[in-house]
Amino acid sequence: MNAAAVPMRIALVGNPNCGKTALFNRLTGNRQKVANYAGVTVERKEGRFVAPSGRVLQLLDLPGAYSFDAASPDEAITRDICEGRYPGEATPDLIVCVADATNLRLHLRFVLEVKRLGRPMVLALNMMDAARKRGIGIDIAALESALRMPVVETIAVQRGGAKALIERLDMLAEQVPVVARVGAPEDAMLFSSPNSDGFAPSGAPTADGEMDLHAQVRALLSGAVTMPSATSIVDDALDRIVLHPVAGLAILGVVMFLIFQAVFSWATPLQDALTAGVTAAGAWVGDLLAPMPLLRSLVNDGVFAGLGAVLAFLPQILILFLFILALEESGYLPRAAFLLDRLMFAAGLTGRSFIPLLSSFACAIPGIMATRSIADPRDRLTTILVAPLMTCSARLPVYTLLIAAFIPRHDVFGLFNLQGVVLFTLYFAGIASALAVAYVIKRMRRDKSEHALLMELPSYRLPHPLNIAIGLWDRAKIFLRRVGGIILALTVLLWFLSSFPAPPVDATLPPIDYSFAGRIGHWMTHLFAPIGFNWQICIALIPGLAAREVAVSSLATVYAMSVADDAATTQLGAVIASQWSLATALSLLAWYVFAPQCMSTLALIRRETNSWRNVWITAGYLFGLAYLASLATYQIAKALT
Amino acid sequence: MRLSELKKGASAVVSEVEEAHAADPIARRLRELGFVNGEPVRVVACGPVGGDPVLVQIGFTRFALRRSEAARVRLVNGTAT
Repeated sequence: MNAAAVPMRIALVGNPNCGKTALFNRLTGNRQKVANYAGVTVERKEGRFVAPSGRVLQLLDLPGAYSFDAASPDEAITRDICEGRYPGEATPDLIVCVADATNLRLHLRFVLEVKRLGRPMVLALNMMDAARKRGIGIDIAALESALRMPVVETIAVQRGGAKALIERLDMLAEQVPVVARVGAPEDAMLFSSPNSDGFAPSGAPTADGEMDLHAQVRALLSGAVTMPSATSIVDDALDRIVLHPVAGLAILGVVMFLIFQAVFSWATPLQDALTAGVTAAGAWVGDLLAPMPLLRSLVNDGVFAGLGAVLAFLPQILILFLFILALEESGYLPRAAFLLDRLMFAAGLTGRSFIPLLSSFACAIPGIMATRSIADPRDRLTTILVAPLMTCSARLPVYTLLIAAFIPRHDVFGLFNLQGVVLFTLYFAGIASALAVAYVIKRMRRDKSEHALLMELPSYRLPHPLNIAIGLWDRAKIFLRRVGGIILALTVLLWFLSSFPAPPVDATLPPIDYSFAGRIGHWMTHLFAPIGFNWQICIALIPGLAAREVAVSSLATVYAMSVADDAATTQLGAVIASQWSLATALSLLAWYVFAPQCMSTLALIRRETNSWRNVWITAGYLFGLAYLASLATYQIAKALT
Repeated sequence: MRLSELKKGASAVVSEVEEAHAADPIARRLRELGFVNGEPVRVVACGPVGGDPVLVQIGFTRFALRRSEAARVRLVNGTAT
């Protein structure tokens, strides 16, 4: 058959925490395509790699699943694709089932379930390095003959750790028919024989059927695996501290606080460098365009001023994701969920909401997407509704600007500086209000049947640089695409609104007062004057609705236009510090704790919940909270200062 | 005795998972995760508030279960190891 023309399609399946994604990264490197499955929003990761023979193999990374008896949309997709009945997805030619060699008691059960499908398959025993370290002995030959399928060892986090798997796949590509045929189990007989050797037929999720599967796993383990102890000494020791009722919570608090201090202090030199670079580029291009004042204004005041101000926040977003990805890889995140479950459950959430909500600190979009791992639809909806209250990194530009301009760099207790403390307070306000809103939702809900936790706490692992680098690269791409697309378009639109119509010849006020933007802003102040917003802020709020970080670039544009000096673009902080009262600044900070989220978040909520009602509820309650919080902040601050 | 009554650090053997109501999805998932007759379990840790959830070692895996979930797991009496 012609392997060069039609690459063999391989699906990667396995339990959650089996190292499947690390293996996928190891095999495909950065030759990955991340998208969604048609119609639903479960992430679809596909990649290719070239085997030593020059054969191209196509790899699909399916969502992790404990069982084909799906308890979440992710598991349903994995089941449907493996069974070859997912619309729009070709049946995989070969299934690679990944199992954690240190966790075979659980993972072999799913291997057996996949085997029942009767499709060509290979078992990859991953994390063999960890298994050897723990003295776990696995008789590969015995396992192969008992399972009647090829079994290979892999170490996904090691260079060359997938060599045996690649060679095996290359070999199998010779034998497996490449054009997938649904319901042709005779092709599969070569590798495993379904339902003919006394196995219970699939689709029997009864207690007896389960007992049968588990009995088979026990038989496999006793025949092929020797295990000196059930647990890892390292895990036991770490869990004793990390899950300790007092020490564990203290560690969690310190970790969270360190992240925010790091985001605020490490990023500064990088930000300064980026800002300087963009300013220099703007000046250079501006000089070239000197003969054309209108175009020069567009490029300098629209494109470079706006884009530059936003681009400068890339370092912070990357540092935040660096921490989130590292915590995720290390296995710490589920521990944090364990510690917080009771608290979050009381508030109407679940410990599992912790991971989506933590991701929402970077951006509500990956956060809301991560809610797919929450099996209970009610818990999932509540998490989605409160996710925008987590302070996303798009709000950081606004916070950073205002804090740097209005809050002095005092030392507090000789340890932290006041700016960091204020930032921490803003984050905390978001968290507290999210818990409060979730509690209200819980009270209002009619269906009060039980919610499930059932969460696995995986072994601790050292985060691997390759996986973190690929994760960071994905985030950077998403952020830059937003900067390049929506934000650029909005910045230019705003430049247009603030440049036209031109002021009359006998103008006495700054030109922007005569423009469309000036008029809209002045009109909006009727609504926003009680919370202390001037018309410049009002203008910036409009594009800020489309994407929150644009508010900063909009302010830069508005102020660059309304003062004569071009240099003001780069010194926005100094300008607002001299023009705004402290009460206004604090009110704007409070506004952004709740601020109605960006359009892309609302669009995602529509897509994830399939309901416009949820979109209106979210936008409405956020606007109401934002207005009330700002009103209280402004009036109190004004009375005190 | 039930898994929810097992003290921290104590071990026992699973007897069966009971359905809290007909077609209980939580009970089914518990069985899938390995809570079946004859399987040894141990309570490794308890949550900081009210000892909820409990962390249960089963096989080579650790699962966090809420007390209401752990209450579905009946243990074989008198087999503390």
